[in-house]
Amino acid sequence: MSHNATMSSEEAAGEAILSARHVAKSFGQVHALKAVNFDVHRGQVTTLFGENGAGKSTLMKILSGVMRPTSGDILLEGQPVSFASTSEAQQRGISIIHQELSLAPNLSVRDNIFMGRELGGAAGVDYAEEARQTRLLMEELDEPIDPLTPVEELRLGQQQIVEIARALSANSRILIMDEPTSALSATEVEVLFKVIRDLKQRGVSIVYISHHLEEALTITDHAVVLRDGVMTAYAPRCDIDLEWIVRNMVGEGFDLGAPPTGYEMGEVALSLRDVSVPDATVPGRSAVDHLSLDVRAGEIVCIYGLMGAGRTELLESVAGRIPLSSGQVKLGGQDASHLSIAERIEQGLVLVPEDRQRDGLVQTMSVGENLSLASIGAFTRGLFTSRGREQEVVSSSIRNVHIKTDGGDASIGSLSGGNQQKVVIGKMLATNPRVVLLDEPSRGIDIGAKAEVFGLLSEGARQGLAVVFSTSEVGECLSIAHRVLVMSRGRIVAEFGAGVTKAEIMAASGESVAA
Amino acid sequence: MTDTSQTAGSRTGRFDLGRLLLEGRAFFALITIIVIFSILSPVYFSVDNFLTMSSHVAIFGLLSIGMLLVILTGGIDLSVGSTLGFAGVFAGYLMQGVSFEMFGMVVYPPVWAVVILTCAMGALVGVINGVLVAYFKVPAFVATLGMLYVARGVALLMTDGLTYNNLGGSPELGNTGFAWLGFNRLLGVPVGVLVLAAVAITVWLTLSRTPFGRWVYSTGGNARAAELSGVPVKRVQVLVYVLSGICAAIAGLVLSSQLTSAGPTAGTTYELTAIAGVVIGGAALAGGRGNVRGTLLGAFVIGFLSDGLVIIGVSSYWQTVFTGAVIVLAVLLNSIQYSGRKPSSTSSGGQDSSSKEEGKSRQADSAADSTAVNPASQP
Repeated sequence: MSHNATMSSEEAAGEAILSARHVAKSFGQVHALKAVNFDVHRGQVTTLFGENGAGKSTLMKILSGVMRPTSGDILLEGQPVSFASTSEAQQRGISIIHQELSLAPNLSVRDNIFMGRELGGAAGVDYAEEARQTRLLMEELDEPIDPLTPVEELRLGQQQIVEIARALSANSRILIMDEPTSALSATEVEVLFKVIRDLKQRGVSIVYISHHLEEALTITDHAVVLRDGVMTAYAPRCDIDLEWIVRNMVGEGFDLGAPPTGYEMGEVALSLRDVSVPDATVPGRSAVDHLSLDVRAGEIVCIYGLMGAGRTELLESVAGRIPLSSGQVKLGGQDASHLSIAERIEQGLVLVPEDRQRDGLVQTMSVGENLSLASIGAFTRGLFTSRGREQEVVSSSIRNVHIKTDGGDASIGSLSGGNQQKVVIGKMLATNPRVVLLDEPSRGIDIGAKAEVFGLLSEGARQGLAVVFSTSEVGECLSIAHRVLVMSRGRIVAEFGAGVTKAEIMAASGESVAA
Repeated sequence: MTDTSQTAGSRTGRFDLGRLLLEGRAFFALITIIVIFSILSPVYFSVDNFLTMSSHVAIFGLLSIGMLLVILTGGIDLSVGSTLGFAGVFAGYLMQGVSFEMFGMVVYPPVWAVVILTCAMGALVGVINGVLVAYFKVPAFVATLGMLYVARGVALLMTDGLTYNNLGGSPELGNTGFAWLGFNRLLGVPVGVLVLAAVAITVWLTLSRTPFGRWVYSTGGNARAAELSGVPVKRVQVLVYVLSGICAAIAGLVLSSQLTSAGPTAGTTYELTAIAGVVIGGAALAGGRGNVRGTLLGAFVIGFLSDGLVIIGVSSYWQTVFTGAVIVLAVLLNSIQYSGRKPSSTSSGGQDSSSKEEGKSRQADSAADSTAVNPASQP
């Protein structure tokens, strides 16, 4: 194979094969990326660090041709390039492996690898040749799976390797991997890392994105840190440690407010006892494992955990979306375990879901209709809804949660992400809840909107609302929460008061032992 | 539909006109049809002809309104044509007298009881559809396709394939008045048209002014979000099929009264006409978008078009071609209307700093378009 010959010189040089120069990307008024410079080194792993919404995914999408930058240049081997599509980027040797794999589960490994690039033969597709190449590829990757195995029968880690094999078979020289380990077991991560090392040997350049900082540090050669769309730091692996990354990721002067004080907390409003939730993807495993928790009226509790820690499952089960496999949810002393979602809302327990597009908003309805959706009963008189009363509910919600909109009749799509999030929060607050659960309330909204959302929650707590919010960003734990719980593998592994440090939280979550 | 006026308002004046034509296309289509046929035939433009055509429209209109409710939740009800036929036969069967051999007597239920029992039968069909779709997760297309066959088969079984011709009842038995369901006129207006008007007003009020109406729109717009907001999504799904079944049963009563006979094959393929009416009326097959006004216009467009073609003497084969062309055109315009929203929704939705979500909603948009284009692809 020819790349062996060129490998040594390339590795020694380690020069940039793909570079972004002053790349900026705006969505309306939101600037996801601001003049970012970024180098991918030949035959090495470059890891991109950053919190949610820092612009990592946007940058990767620009490099892989999913979207085009608003301004700035992409240089491939020194030459400016512009990709109109992912397939164009792929032809130039750049492949991206998304967090959600893009395999067809019903097709075999062979068919997936050659999907869209089927090898023609004398009589249609040359399946034998495809299978031969597939077998060769899988052996090279040390994962000798039969080419005819349906992908759905493979473990997730193996599926990931099939994706890599597909990229390699398309002659990719640059492989972008977005959170490749998030759903893998420890042994599968080992296998993946071995594959990545092999790929480096073969001169493949890798761009790696991960929330697992320590894991990423074991594999990377270069670290690049993004924060709020700006590249804040760049260094080779030998010069950095975990603390350096965290410092640059989170930044200084990160103020999202402080826990509200100056009032007495009330009785226990929400009480969880031995709550377990089965894992939807892995049978026999528990996503939430015998977890107990008490939250008092007026208290703000932050649940910190990495992806897969069970935060979403916990909050959704408390809200009634997922049934418990064991345990009890008590609301103000009353057992609420067997109530429907609607009954729990009536009892004052509401959830602001993590994915507002998928679970929070009805895109076909107006801002006002979305805001009033959960509290229709409040403005229904007899059979009919009262337009006047609904208008009151809507305008007071718009006022209370500070939504910037032309009014209740505006379409949901006309709002910015932060304001859309405020609609979802406003909708649930309009039901006059006692307990509000928020799953990653700051996901995908900018820092100003984040501060506003947290301000709202503080205000609610001051008026006796019990607030539980989850987050995967350490900085947010240090804001308004009276208590910080660290969740890992379905359990609460640590509990801190308001004075906790970032390092303590990260250490407890298993993200880091060094810090 | 409030958002569309907003989007339109921000465009240039020239584009506004196009937008207006697009938004009100069913209305303009109806006007065009009336104008063209009035020119082509001297008898078309008369109150009497309009009333006659309207009494034909009443059948499709009733089915379409029931269908609208189902489509608004993102489902589809293919069984309505068969339910219509079944309902007619069921009513005819009741009018012939129900014999209880055990007691050696024959019961002749009065017409009001026949109406109630027939509607209950339609509701039962709807319950089966709804439970299959909502609780057993059978795709609506398949569940109601099955019901299409079952209901038709039962109707054929009940009559052995024959038609009930004697629906008049007799004064001695106290079951006269079946003609009042559609055949007769009240103040010169066919009763069927009045029935349609009553049902349309009820459903319109339900959709626009009751919590249930809001639930229907939110279930179709985003069932997950609706559920988390406390909307009883499953019950809403069952109920829309029940209402659709009742609408089909009412249509069956009106049709058999108009024809003064009840045949087991009545209403064959009417479900497709009903869907066409809803779609021409601007509803999205993906759910969440549509209203009674548009659906009525859609039903009138189809009815006035096909009757017009009959009046000017176009062969029935050509009628089929025309109707099909109108349906395709309507769906084409639907997808233009909803994709016309895409630029505005993504440019503003894109303010979301999480680009992942933006991609998702864009995918959802295009998925909605593709289902709107192809009625048959709706699960």
